Formats: sequence, structure tokens, C-alpha cells
Amino acid sequence: MSTLGFLLRRPASARDTEALAGIDRLGALLTLVGAAGLLLLPFVAFKANRIVPGDTRGLVEVLPTWGALGCWATLATVAAVALLVANAPLRLGAALAGLVVTAMALAGAANALTPPHDLIVRVAPGAGFWLLLASLGLLATDAITRMRPGPGVRVLLLALFLGLAGLALARGIFDNVSVMREYAVNAAAFALAARQHFLLSLGSLGAAVIVALPLGVFCHRAPRLQPGVLSALNIIQTIPSIALFGILMAPLGALAAHVPLAAAVGIRGIGAAPAVVALFLYSLLPIVANTVAGLKRVSPATVEAALGMGMTWWQTLMSVELVLALPVILTGIRIVLVQNIGLVTVAALIGGGGFGTFVFGGIGQAATDLVLLGAIPTVVLAFSAAVLLDALVERLDRVPQ
Amino acid sequence: MIVIESLTKRYESMTAVDDVSMVVERNSITVVVGTSGSGKSTLLRMINRLIEPTSGRVLIDGRDTESEAGHVLRRRIGYVIQGHGLFPHRTVAENIGTVPRLLGWEESRIRTRTAQLLGALQLDPGQYSEKYPHQLSGGQQQRVGVARALAAEPAVLLMDEPFGALDPIIREKAQDDLLDIQRKFGTTIVLVTHDIDEAFRLGDRVAVMSAGRLIQYDRPEVLVTRPADALVARMTGSAERAMRLLSLTTAGEAALPWSACEAAADGVVVPTSASLREVLSELLWRGSECATVLDADGTPCGRLTVASIMARGRPS
Repeated sequence: MSTLGFLLRRPASARDTEALAGIDRLGALLTLVGAAGLLLLPFVAFKANRIVPGDTRGLVEVLPTWGALGCWATLATVAAVALLVANAPLRLGAALAGLVVTAMALAGAANALTPPHDLIVRVAPGAGFWLLLASLGLLATDAITRMRPGPGVRVLLLALFLGLAGLALARGIFDNVSVMREYAVNAAAFALAARQHFLLSLGSLGAAVIVALPLGVFCHRAPRLQPGVLSALNIIQTIPSIALFGILMAPLGALAAHVPLAAAVGIRGIGAAPAVVALFLYSLLPIVANTVAGLKRVSPATVEAALGMGMTWWQTLMSVELVLALPVILTGIRIVLVQNIGLVTVAALIGGGGFGTFVFGGIGQAATDLVLLGAIPTVVLAFSAAVLLDALVERLDRVPQ
Repeated sequence: MIVIESLTKRYESMTAVDDVSMVVERNSITVVVGTSGSGKSTLLRMINRLIEPTSGRVLIDGRDTESEAGHVLRRRIGYVIQGHGLFPHRTVAENIGTVPRLLGWEESRIRTRTAQLLGALQLDPGQYSEKYPHQLSGGQQQRVGVARALAAEPAVLLMDEPFGALDPIIREKAQDDLLDIQRKFGTTIVLVTHDIDEAFRLGDRVAVMSAGRLIQYDRPEVLVTRPADALVARMTGSAERAMRLLSLTTAGEAALPWSACEAAADGVVVPTSASLREVLSELLWRGSECATVLDADGTPCGRLTVASIMARGRPS
């Protein structure tokens, strides 16, 4: 989205040339990309089984005539709205309608191409589908940005999206799509991976908050130690994740081998232990740095007044300084949570579990659908975490300094 | 009564406060005045032990301030600082209730006291209790800061440049309000400022500090008529000292027994609360020799002549 930021800048004074007047520039680009995807690239790939490359099909080839016509008509309307209408709620509605139609077209194509009771063939979304999905998604996020919704509305929109997607999945609408075929085979493993993914990302975050908050307060109180602590954490941050997992394997393996208690509580050279430790280490810098920044933002007069009125330093810290620093600290926690949800995927390489299991399993078997089964929930999880915490930060930051 | 005995604060490289002893009378306003770096703020903060002295001691009503924990001591002493230091995340009522809550007052008592203080500071409780500090003007924030400091009925109020952030017109009003409050609650106030005019306006007694030392501590008129050294003389303004002296006396105090001024009809009339400086200025402006002093009811109660005012502008 950020790389497209330049497209969103619209000069107030009429820099737009006469010929382009009234045409939305982002809408034009997205229409172009979506149309190219729809016309030039395959909508789905049909495979006799999960491993073979398969052959590609366009939208018109796979849908019944009335379905293809309806699909085309809707997408053409969406394009018209994207090009000509400035009203943001209307743009959002059009984008959502386009998304629903595209998703239904995928489900319809999968149903049409799969022979009854056949569990071997695979109908996978093609490049055209993804391009269409991306341009409609961008249209929707742009419309939401233009509406400047409050934190509550954004959370509501997220809940609506998740609810609709969940409902569609529960009703089995996408059951014939390749990713859901993989899910049907891996349902038990998926539930386990989801639990591991949650535990690893939230557990390492929790441990990091417990350590990083006091460390941040300490850095704020002892400014002379601050550069040392922050640069040490900075160095950790620069180590690539796979390298850090590797570095941790040796000492944790040795610990497990020589201390029976460590082995008994589950510490091993591979598995969850090095994953949690590495994620924990990565989590420290954003939280410590934001705690320091948040505390620095509290006016010294406020702190002096608190002490001058007879609060103890602990009362001052808990009921004044940390409360006022909370929005900035939460911003750090948001960075860490989104970062961890992504990094946990890599932890699968050392046996940490999580959705990464499917990603690397899929890469190993050249099964793209399995990769998607790991990647899609990771993206949805990270996106949801970002929206929720952003909303929380904005809610708390309402009190101006 | 606050007794300060040989109070000293030494940092590694410098002495901030150097062997200061002074007595602050009950129910009075004492103003400590000095340039920045004179040690006046450090002196103030050693009274409530926000800064621990290197040596010396402070007695409040005969009790050594070291005899209890610092934060417990500070709950008994009001404290107002420049830029008010209100809690931005708490409402006006919550800000004012801070110390009573620390002391474990009952909620109903806190509410009553908050409403009383807001009323005393001319802020309608119904209108302002639930507002946040950023919704108030600078003058209102300052008044809430004072209300918060007075909430737990402290006998002593310390103020560090309390009016420094206000513009001149609001500042004058805030100073008048402070004098009213002091009269109403009988609080002992120690106020630190770098503004000598403020010191003369508010102080029953004025302490002049320089480089950590107490240079002179006396009634304002003594500072003008008998400055301890060149610095005090310069501070009190040698060129203006007669006018400054006149500003310390009110018309009511200096009035001669009443008899009609000769100039009669549209003669100059002044209230008893006007300072002699203001009366003289008015006489010069109107080209008159004699002013009639009116009491609160508007009846003449005395008169002032240019000659009688001039007699007051000299050290007696």
C-alpha cells in the first residue's frame, strides 16, 4: 500500500489536466490492473491431482453463461464506480460487492470443474484471480482510508469481514477450492498449528512485555545506561531470524543435555524453546524503545506535580507516567505482535510448529495449495492484530498531551 | 510557622543553597525573589523535601520535617508549579481530588471540598468538574492547579513561579485572587519568583537570594529604604524607589482626616484600596492638589494632598 502512496496524493488546486478531470487516478490504475488480470491471465488452474502443474482456464470458460455475464456486469460496474465516483462509502460498497462476486466466481468455478465425489482433482486460484483480488482489496482499503472511520468502526469492519469469511467457510462454499481441499486433509494438523502459532507469538510477546517494560522504565530513569541497552538490543534485531534460531540451537541443546530439569520442562535445541527465545529477543527492542519514548513524552511538570503532592515514586510511575505513556508503549507492542506472527512462520524450520509447517511442507512437496494453507491464515492473523491494536492505541490516545 | 535553620544544598561542583536561615510567619505571604540560579527554587523544594538538604533543617509548626517520610510530609503541604502540572488524563475534579484520595478521604467529602474550592476560585463546579485540563484556558488551568494544591486543607502552600506562564493581564488577576484566597483560608504561603514587582505586590515579607545566599529578608518597604547591598538596591530599582515605596501604602492607610478639598466640584476621588502611587498619578494627570478618599460605601472618609503623599515617598 505504501508503495502506491504517491497515487493517493491529490493536489487540492486543480493540477489535474482538463482531459483527466473527474477521473479517479487510483481507480484508473486499479481498473487497469484488474482488467488485465481478468482478460490476460488465467482465473483458475485445473490440475488432475495436487502435484501436476495443470492447465489454466479463464473466467468465461469455467462459469455458466449467466454466471459469467453477471460476474462481468458487476465488475464493470465496480470499475465505473472506481473511475468516476468520489463518494467513499459508495466506493467501499462497490469494492466489497466486487470481492464477494470474485470469491463466489472462484467457488463456482471449482464446483463446475470438479466431477461429483471426486477428491483428487484440484482447482486452484490463478494469477488472474489474485490480481483481481488485490486490486479490489486496494480499492476497499483506499475507500476506508478516505472515510476516516473511528477505531470502533474499523474494528466493526474487521469483525464483519472475518464473520463473512468464517460463515462462507463454515457453509462449505469453498470446499472444492484447492486450499480447502488441503484443509480437509489437514484439519487436525491445522488446529494444532493454529494453537502453536497463537501460543508462540503471544507467549513470546508476553514474556517480552514482562522484561521490556521494567527495562524501559530503568532506561528512562538511568539515561546514562540507555545507549548501551538500546544498542545491545539493536544488534540482536539485526541478526537474521534463521541465523538466530541456529545460534540458539547449540546452547539450548547443551542445556537440555546437561540439566535434566531443563529437558523435563521442554527445553530442546530444536522445537518451541529456541523459537520462543528468539522471538522474545526480537520483541525487546520495540517495547523498550517505545517505553522510553512514551515516558519521555510525559511532561516533567506533571511528574514533579505528582511527586510534589505526595505520591510515592511507584504511584507516580503507575498512575501517571505509564498511563500517559501507554499509547506509545502499545504502538511498540503492536509492532512486536505483527512481527512475531510473521516470524513464527520461520520457526517451523526448527520444529517450532505453527502455520509455517504448511508453508515449508508445501515448498518441499511443490504443493502451492499447502503453502497457501499456511500463508493465508498468517496474513489474516497479522492484519487483524494490526487493526485491533491500532484501534486500541487511537482510542487511548484521545487524551491530548 | 516555618523555621529554616542553616539550610545548605551542595552538588558535586556547586553550592545551590548556602547556609540559609529564615523564619516564615504564620498566615503570611513570603516571597523569595532572585535571578535564575540563585537557589530560590532549590530552597523551596527543600521545604517539602522534593530535594533533600545536605545539611541544616526545616521545622514546620515546631516539627522537624525529617521526622516523617517525604511523601507523607508532602501530602500536608500544598505545591503549585509553573505551567500548573495538571494531570492531562484526569478531569478537573479528579485532579483536585488527588491528595484527598491519597489521604483516604471519603468520596462525599472530596466532592464537597472540590465544589467549595472551584467556587472559591470562580469556576462553576457544574460546568468545569468533568472537563479535562486541555479544555481550559491558561488562567483556568492555573486556578485548578491552586485548587488542587489547597484540596487537603494544607497549612502551608509552596508556589514555584506560579504565574510565570500567564500573560500580564491574567497574571494580575491571578495575583489578586491569591491574596483573596490567602485571606480566606489563612494559609501560610511561600512563593518563589524572579519578578520583583510580583514580590512587592504579594509579599508581606520578601527574601532576596543571590548565588545560593540569602541577601536580605524583610518587609518590602525596608528593602526599598534600606537595601542590604547594591544588588538589592538595583533590584528594587534605585531610580524608582520613591514610587515603589508609594505603591506599598494604600490611600486608606495614609489618609488625612476628612475635610472638603478646596478645588471642590469635579475633584479627584479614590477608593481606600488604591495605592499612593496610583493616587499621585491620578493627581498629576488631573492637575489637582487634593484627592477625596471614599470608603466602601462611597462616603468620604479622608483626603490626600500631594504634599502628604510626597512625605510618604521618603524613608522615614
